[in-house]
Amino acid sequence: MTVACEDRYGCAVSTELSVIAVTVLGDDRPGIVAEVTAALADLGGNLEDSTMTLLRGHFAMVVLVRTGASQAEVEAALQSVAAGGSLTVDVRVLADSGRRPDPGAAWTLRVHGADRPGIVAAVTRVVSAHGGNIVDLGTRLGADLYVLIAQVELPAAADTAALVSDLRAAAEALKVTIAFEPVDDEVL
Amino acid sequence: MPSLPEGRVLDVVRAPAPVLATPGETVDPGAPEVVQLAADLLATQAVSPGCVGLAAQQVAVAWRVFSVDVSAHPKTRTCHGKLVLCNAEVVQASRRERGREGCMSVPDFTGDVARARRLTVRGQLPVTREWITLETDAFEAVALQHEIDHTNGLVFLDRVPGPQAVHPRRTYL
Repeated sequence: MTVACEDRYGCAVSTELSVIAVTVLGDDRPGIVAEVTAALADLGGNLEDSTMTLLRGHFAMVVLVRTGASQAEVEAALQSVAAGGSLTVDVRVLADSGRRPDPGAAWTLRVHGADRPGIVAAVTRVVSAHGGNIVDLGTRLGADLYVLIAQVELPAAADTAALVSDLRAAAEALKVTIAFEPVDDEVL
Repeated sequence: MPSLPEGRVLDVVRAPAPVLATPGETVDPGAPEVVQLAADLLATQAVSPGCVGLAAQQVAVAWRVFSVDVSAHPKTRTCHGKLVLCNAEVVQASRRERGREGCMSVPDFTGDVARARRLTVRGQLPVTREWITLETDAFEAVALQHEIDHTNGLVFLDRVPGPQAVHPRRTYL
């Protein structure tokens, strides 16, 4: 994207804007989001989609920022965030993805059961084998219970009955409970 | 429903239009401009594909008036047909369930919102000013809550429980 703006002398200039992904991981403490976003705002960056959560107490955030600043400038602006050593900051330029193609039908996948290695791999392998695309996924580990919730988009050609059957077989092998249900978008 | 004058098709406004966040004024349902708005809402709804309800705020008027008609929707159980209510409020609500809803005025997103599936609503009919009480369920209950929210200056984004409950809109009507 190119936008017209003014330089410090008020002259019109054309600036290339790129989308930069900023990933911040590490020990949680109050103020991380405020510090990161203030640094990006000071660069004139415009935040687009972002997500932030705590993963077993660890801070995890990905922010997409559209900015005329370079990757090096963004890294420099965020240097103070990582200075204490408890957070790592990764900055990289992304290709502009444009508009997504037809996303297909939305389904919700829910899995829960006793924790064991390989649950996510086994279940998502089934989804992938049927052409499903996972667009949102979260997992939580309790004392013994493992929970997975994902949103899956299926192409029109997908055989949903076969997918459900394969998911049931996987659930049986893993000794977990699986539910796979369509999501209806209701426009009101 | 009392008979209404011929309705005009109005432009539907989109967020972030400030009117969508403006609580509606209580109206006189017999006033000619309110009766005309009632007709306009139904006319605008009728030409909007998939639209099951429209509130005054969505046509840039901050009044407590909305139309609803879920008669063609497959998830409808109880149905009161084509309806305009003024000054409506929820009297009783129970059996909350989460569903994913979108809105003509928020075309980019859908959101997961918990809405009562058993509902009692009280409101006035246009023209006659008669107070009526509706008991309904299922999809009509969801639509009524969505429209009453609009008349109170709320959109579904004000009802989602968290950041993971807002999604890119998948269909563009």
